[in-house]
Amino acid sequence: MTQTNGQRVFLVDGARTPFIKARSGPGPFTPVDLAVQCGRPLLARQGFDSAALDLVILGCVNVIADEMNPARVAALRLGLGAQMVAFTMQINCGSGMQSIDTAYRYIRDGSHQMILAGGAEALSHAPLTLRQSAVEWFGQMYAAKGPLDQARAMSGLRPEFFKPIVGLERGLTDPITELNMGQTAEVLAHRFGISRETADLYAIQSHHRLAAAQKEGRLQDEIMPAFDRDGTVYDHDDGLRPDSDIPSLAKLKPVFEKPHGKVTAGNSSQITDGASWVILASEKAVEAHGLEPLAEITDSEWAALDPEIMGLGPVLAATPIAQRHDLSLDDIDLWELNEAFAAQVLSCLAAWGDDSFCREVLGYDAAFGHIDRDRLNVDGGAISLGHPVGTSGNRIVLHLANAMRARGAKRGIATECIGGGLGGAMMLEAM
Amino acid sequence: MTGHVLNFLGETKLELGAAQDRSGNWRTGRDDAGILWLALDKVGTGTNTISEPVIRELEAHVAAAEADLPTALVIRSAKTGGFAAGADIGALGDMAGSDGAGLLQQGHDVLDRIEKLRCPTICVVHGAALGAGFELALACDFRIAVKGASFGFPEVLLGLHPGLGGTFRLPALIDPVEAMTMMLSGKTAHTKRAKSLGIADEVVEERHVAAAVSAAAKGGLEKQEQGLKARAFQFEPARSLAARQMRSQTEKKAPIRHYPAPHALIDLWEDHGDDRAAMQKGEIESFTGLLKTDTSKNLRRVFFLRQQLRDAGRGDDGIAHLHVIGAGAMGAEIAAVAAIRGKRVTLGDVKNDPLGRAMKRTAEICEKQHLSCTETRDALDRLMPDPRGYGLGLADLVIEAAPEDMDLKEKIYGGLKGRLKEGAILASNTSSLSVDALAGHAPDKARFAGLHFFNPVSRVDLVEVIRGAETDDKTADRLAAFCGAIGKLPARVTDYPGFIVNRALMPYLMEAMVLMDEGVSKETIDAAALRFGMPMGPITLADHVGLDIALHVAESLRGTLDKPMPEISDSLRRKVDEGDLGKKTGKGFYDWSDGTPHPDSEDKGPKDLTDRLILPMLDACVEVLRKGIASDADQVDGAMIFATGWAPFRGGPMQYAKARGHDEITRRLEQLAKDHGPRFAPDKGWSDLG
Repeated sequence: MTQTNGQRVFLVDGARTPFIKARSGPGPFTPVDLAVQCGRPLLARQGFDSAALDLVILGCVNVIADEMNPARVAALRLGLGAQMVAFTMQINCGSGMQSIDTAYRYIRDGSHQMILAGGAEALSHAPLTLRQSAVEWFGQMYAAKGPLDQARAMSGLRPEFFKPIVGLERGLTDPITELNMGQTAEVLAHRFGISRETADLYAIQSHHRLAAAQKEGRLQDEIMPAFDRDGTVYDHDDGLRPDSDIPSLAKLKPVFEKPHGKVTAGNSSQITDGASWVILASEKAVEAHGLEPLAEITDSEWAALDPEIMGLGPVLAATPIAQRHDLSLDDIDLWELNEAFAAQVLSCLAAWGDDSFCREVLGYDAAFGHIDRDRLNVDGGAISLGHPVGTSGNRIVLHLANAMRARGAKRGIATECIGGGLGGAMMLEAM
Repeated sequence: MTGHVLNFLGETKLELGAAQDRSGNWRTGRDDAGILWLALDKVGTGTNTISEPVIRELEAHVAAAEADLPTALVIRSAKTGGFAAGADIGALGDMAGSDGAGLLQQGHDVLDRIEKLRCPTICVVHGAALGAGFELALACDFRIAVKGASFGFPEVLLGLHPGLGGTFRLPALIDPVEAMTMMLSGKTAHTKRAKSLGIADEVVEERHVAAAVSAAAKGGLEKQEQGLKARAFQFEPARSLAARQMRSQTEKKAPIRHYPAPHALIDLWEDHGDDRAAMQKGEIESFTGLLKTDTSKNLRRVFFLRQQLRDAGRGDDGIAHLHVIGAGAMGAEIAAVAAIRGKRVTLGDVKNDPLGRAMKRTAEICEKQHLSCTETRDALDRLMPDPRGYGLGLADLVIEAAPEDMDLKEKIYGGLKGRLKEGAILASNTSSLSVDALAGHAPDKARFAGLHFFNPVSRVDLVEVIRGAETDDKTADRLAAFCGAIGKLPARVTDYPGFIVNRALMPYLMEAMVLMDEGVSKETIDAAALRFGMPMGPITLADHVGLDIALHVAESLRGTLDKPMPEISDSLRRKVDEGDLGKKTGKGFYDWSDGTPHPDSEDKGPKDLTDRLILPMLDACVEVLRKGIASDADQVDGAMIFATGWAPFRGGPMQYAKARGHDEITRRLEQLAKDHGPRFAPDKGWSDLG
């Protein structure tokens, strides 16, 4: 896929909720609640009437039964009116970026001028479901006619029927390979020689960077506080452990492949709830409403590879963008590479730094190079602030735009791995 | 927010069956199935009431049905707003004078004849069926409720009880204790509750009314059967036992010497609950008797006072978006009430925590007002906590509800310059500062005014709309209309220390503290006020308002009024210094840890106790009238009743003064001035009252 000529597309503004760590039981907000919490202030601070929006797209993986098509429910609850078209997108961990990319393409093609594109996820609301065998048993009980039939059906009752399936756990398992996402990170750690210690060090850095960003107010305009109806205020990403250090992380046992694995709760992304929106506008809309965009979206790419090494998705998706624009490592000032797992991020870096990988897989003559860590995930990432799957892709694009503005960077790429063996990437350029 | 397609399609039309031809107040017609449709469509009004002509014309239609029996009779309303609001309250006054009993008997006869018709009689109710409207519905065999319908007997709030057969038809239809409770409390039963009580036989959507009527006409509905419990009340001892309980509970809320109607209703039921004919006769006698009581006259007056205030709040406010500055108790509830009533609201505060508490409070108010889950969600969605003040530039109205500190308000207003939307109004919820003084700091004096809400905003209906010297007409009109739009009653006044309500209330509170300093116990003082009919004694009220606020208002009034005010009690200052501020801190003059205190005292205190408390209030009311702060005596009475609960059965302070005699009150004030000091000297406005 290559960039076609069309309208220029700008990222005008965006905002997200704090990412709220899933603790015991469902959190205070559903996916749409979260989308409303950050959508309201975002729209309120725009210089234009929200009637100027002509589409709402929302990424969401774990849609709850009360909110089918959460995009439309959110649009109506945000007061955007009965006439607002809205649809929900799902490409697993890429959903929040897929919504931006779709909006980007619609505007570029000229059919739309201004689109609200977001991601929302409440992992704490992921359902418990009955086992298939239990569902069948219930069905037989219902169908049973007469006491004898009922007794026969009853006798099929098994204790495991009462053990519900944790939806979240199944959702984070690849159905083709039966590997949990953490296990795919174990595969990469093994293939690219990532040690437990380097993974832990990476995780600590993520926490320290987020802590600094919070302290220095760099997330001020990005995070809108959320208020639940019990009066609790959520005003920061609460998964942060600023005092993380090697000894404390080293104590953690591997969670996915015991006892020898390297992937622990400490060097993986956190399970959180959160939502994020960005507003995209055409050049025409920018002029008409006198907007001051944060950045221009100049390219995007999706790529696919074997599900068991899905963590390399960013390498596969971002590289074609660099190649299309003839960009070397130095031309890209900032990277947001979603931190699903420390070992996975480090494997991506290792792949780009590897001559034979770059030659054989990416079609370069030699290694693309080693991404400077000062240009990568500069304000922390999913390891410190969490990974509400349908939201993360949106957040990294938004944060890339904000970080580019704050640091005066000219060009940046936001990219993510996607469970199931996909990768997505998007390039932004400064105004 | 309705979209353009639904706007085009419009609202679901009322199913009027064959009731097309208008004759007088009714539309009538027989359909192909032989069903006679009667639709009440009162001439010249949007709301049906059951007036004498309505009954007279109904009699003719019933006679026609008797002469040529239809398959079924259907009665409903042709007004989209609802079924019928009850009797014409203005006409009740005429009834008290003339042959009330005769008129009532005529109504009873018509309803009895409907009841006796030998075909199924079906009442279709949408919206409210109140009072006589409800009684008409009860005369039918079946009641089909359209979703959203409600039924109630609010007569007790007018110092009456049902008078068109409600007292015996409702207890015969549903559980008699539930029936009595409805009539004694005046509370409305909404659709779901009406169905479970057995008032409504079926609940349908408007689009199924034709089908439901047709099915009912064919005998598809079963008549309700009362349970065992209802039959037990056929026996007098069972009724006596229940009546005794009802009496003691009623006495607590509505003492017989102030509110005779509920007690008369209990007597009626106890004496004749097993004898319909005696009950019917008793109902008519009791009702006509109650019509003549001062309580009923005054309560009917209060009804009109409410209407007058409400009329002052009609019109288009042009306010879609409200921004409230300050999420304290007042700001939070103002925001909540406006959001519940459909306004888009942003609520600003410098801190997040009060914003969180405001959301919690809003959810609680939604629950108290029995909003559904989706209504609550929508109200909460419309109310956006706004720590960054994004809403300031979007709002059509900005209400400043910051602490009562001139410097702070000046600073806030300074920050608004150039940030408000074109044409936006700024209003201050001040209770004690001068609106004109504040206007000096406002970005635009013409679009600045006071908007004084009372605590708790979600429960107190009155709002004082204070026009400053430079406030323009449009701003004052829009603010009054805004009050109407959020379900409040605006009292339009001009700037004056304490406006109407606090000006009148402060001498009452301060005199109570002087009395306390003289050694009269707070219980004795409060009990005297309660006996007079105030909803709360002055000391309890001071605790309720907050002693710091009471002190602040008192000091500000003492500093700005020409008249002498009572000395501010040392014990008040001491309480404030010690941080015992009343209800909000759990302790003031009373201990509030177990909820609202209920002071009771056998001790009647000094002989002039009640007058010392009440008469200064009346005097202050005369003063605000003389100075043209309030528009007229009705407005003063309405303001005092709907802001403070001022003894409604007395009709308000000015009505009370009139009833007792202006000369008599002036004399009493002069005597009190002689005994206790010049603060009691009567205002010179008394002589103008005539």
